[in-house]
Amino acid sequence: MALPVAPVPHALPGSGAALIASDTRHEMTTSKPVLSLRGMTKRFGSVVAADHIDLELARGEVLALLGENGAGKTTLMNMLFGQYTADAGSVHVWHEDGAEIILPPGQPQAAIEARIGMVHQHFTLAENLSVIDNILLGTERLLHLNRNRRAARAKLEALMIHSGLEAPLDRKVRDLSVGERQRVEILKALYRDVRILVLDEPTAVLTPQEADTLFASVRSMVENGLSVIFISHKLREVLAFSDRIAVLRHGKKTGEMRTAEADTASIIRMMIGEEHDMPERTPGMPGDTVVRLDSVSVHPERETRGLRDVTLDLRRGEIVGIAGVSGNGQSALAQILSGLLAPDSGRIEVGGESLAALNPRTALAHGIGRIPEDRHHDGIIAALSVAENLVIERLDDADVQRGGFLRRASMAANAEALSEAYDVRGPGIHARSALLSGGNIQKLILARVLETHPSVILANQPTRGLDFRAAAEVSRRLIAARDRGAGIILISEDLDEVLSLADRVLVMHAGELVETDSRERASIGQLMAGHAA
Amino acid sequence: MIDLLQIFLSDSFWAASLRIATPLIFGVLGALMCERSGVLNLGIEGIFVVGAMMGWLVAYLTGSLWLGVIAAALSGGLFGLFHAILTVPLGLSQHVSGLGITMFATALMSFAYRTIFPQVATPPRIEPFRALDIPVLSDLPFLGPVLFQQTALTWLALAMVALVWWLMDRTALGVAIKAVGDNPDAVNAQGLSVMRLRMGAVVAGSALMALGGAFLTMSAFDAFFFGMVNGRGWICIALVIFASWQPGKALLGALLFGMFDALQVRLQTMAGAVVPGQVFLMVPYVLSIIALIIAARKADYPRALLKPWFKGQR
Repeated sequence: MALPVAPVPHALPGSGAALIASDTRHEMTTSKPVLSLRGMTKRFGSVVAADHIDLELARGEVLALLGENGAGKTTLMNMLFGQYTADAGSVHVWHEDGAEIILPPGQPQAAIEARIGMVHQHFTLAENLSVIDNILLGTERLLHLNRNRRAARAKLEALMIHSGLEAPLDRKVRDLSVGERQRVEILKALYRDVRILVLDEPTAVLTPQEADTLFASVRSMVENGLSVIFISHKLREVLAFSDRIAVLRHGKKTGEMRTAEADTASIIRMMIGEEHDMPERTPGMPGDTVVRLDSVSVHPERETRGLRDVTLDLRRGEIVGIAGVSGNGQSALAQILSGLLAPDSGRIEVGGESLAALNPRTALAHGIGRIPEDRHHDGIIAALSVAENLVIERLDDADVQRGGFLRRASMAANAEALSEAYDVRGPGIHARSALLSGGNIQKLILARVLETHPSVILANQPTRGLDFRAAAEVSRRLIAARDRGAGIILISEDLDEVLSLADRVLVMHAGELVETDSRERASIGQLMAGHAA
Repeated sequence: MIDLLQIFLSDSFWAASLRIATPLIFGVLGALMCERSGVLNLGIEGIFVVGAMMGWLVAYLTGSLWLGVIAAALSGGLFGLFHAILTVPLGLSQHVSGLGITMFATALMSFAYRTIFPQVATPPRIEPFRALDIPVLSDLPFLGPVLFQQTALTWLALAMVALVWWLMDRTALGVAIKAVGDNPDAVNAQGLSVMRLRMGAVVAGSALMALGGAFLTMSAFDAFFFGMVNGRGWICIALVIFASWQPGKALLGALLFGMFDALQVRLQTMAGAVVPGQVFLMVPYVLSIIALIIAARKADYPRALLKPWFKGQR
């Protein structure tokens, strides 16, 4: 390591300020580490989720950890935090005074004492407790008779002002919105005076505006010496927010670079190991209307946010993208089109027929193919085999059963052909579907839906949680189905996905659906937050 | 109608209600503690038997009622520990383990009784807890007989309501127990041990249940009989849902059931000639089911109830 070259040669006696200044700069240029992960390894059965990963974090740095699903990001962070016990490797932390400690594996308490905080992708909040109870959980002596919370409350209030993260301390967590819960998670970490904060996909549930606010608060804390590890697969955020990027692939670290020197193409190359070809969106050629919702309303108490007077025309050969933060009425819309929910008022026109409501059977009969939001729960029956799940929506067909008896051979042939065509990988067509990974389950559902050549496809969050390759495959399939003449409703929280796939963009907020001509992130973001553009 | 009014106005009716409610208060508080931490304890019926047998036996052998009470709590806690080991670190089905504990404990206590007293036709009796006689208070009209002529165990039960309420609502430990029954990941992420909290809650809850059994042999009666628990444990499992896992409502639920039972006995003597007695025996259960249907619709289940948790599982 080169010695600091020059200035300060003639530091005058008593010029403490100059010394401090030079010290600070020294610190910034050599970036003193606060955390070092060495050779971290974790196996789950025969799967190596993390394979000898090394990672360093400097003081006051934002390190973005990137990778496809299953690349090992969350596993690595769970080892750091002691929630998984590492099979090999060590975690080194440096205190402010330079003392180095090695964290014992598998003990969250040790990570907490080393002042490492983690904000999990899935909130770790007890919903039956108040915000303040959640934050103080584990910080108080368990059987302390005189529980004085005045000091704790004062500290929290100061913290909220300081960080710009507000949360209603006495409300029960179950009454909070996801944005508020996210803030509680971060406050929980900050309350313990963390020096290292891990944010695991913090913006997955936030509006673009909420995400920006979050980044601004984290940035200001970083300026005060906080170090951050930030997991995301939204490249735009990573480029805007981080100082350095580390990329994981198949449990190994495949690259590291300064964000200033990175660009989207090079990052993606490191993530998936090859040039990334996002499907090109060709303009659609809309034909006749296939589905028309006419002033459809659902009372908010029946389904999250309900629907308010929603009118929607879907034509053949187009993809209508519905953007919006989830929980704004998307589920009501999806359920109506799936035949799972009857609207309180309004009509549904499908295939020239005007109906008050669909049911699952009529929805299928009218050629509506459904790709549900929760693929594990609503998309497959986990205990049934791949072959069975592939025909589950058409059990009456002649190639599936005869006289009430399943035609195993023909089902197997069907499953073999579809697994091949849609690249569904797993332990085989007779294995329980539960054994498939999320991406392969989605391919199974796509195969089932698209093979019936539906005239309407409801794709609800079709690529959520999928890695690039699987997501690109889903997108390509949807575009192909559109070009074949299907009308597609694409509901997605990922604005980039909506913008890249949709022929028309609508925004859902508080149960209302607004069409926009804009393709600008900012103005669509405004609509998502409920402001008129 | 006049007769019914007379029942409700008599102090003996209310005193009986509280007396009948006492074992249920212990039981429902115990079930509440277990379930708040996320563990259903269907061993309760058997743990009642353990408490009844061990409390009585130790009191008989040592001549000290309070030693009997302590023995009942400890042996109940031991069976609770057994259930906790099977369901918390080992993560076995809470239903199966709980029912197993009930069968095992009931059979073991019968076996022990037969082994210790092989020859007797009627069980040896002990001198049970006497009604407290508090100067002045006991002589109050109405309130005196209802509240101040109960035994020490009834007062212990009422004190336990306050204690469990204070623990759950006013201590960090209670907050942690409630959190572990809602989202164990939250507790683990804050550096607390899910395992210890759950096991501790199950052991403590089981000790409370056993006190309910001890009340039967040491206060309500003076000896141990087979079948004397008679489904009281199962009633507690239902009452805890009625109580929505809150100690105050648990007391209310137990009192309500006690009232129905006391009423049933009196109705039987009133109209016994016309209506068969079994109909009245049914009354508390039917009324409980109705109360449960009304209350359970808005019951606020601990979200992690019945769900085993393993560290580092994905």
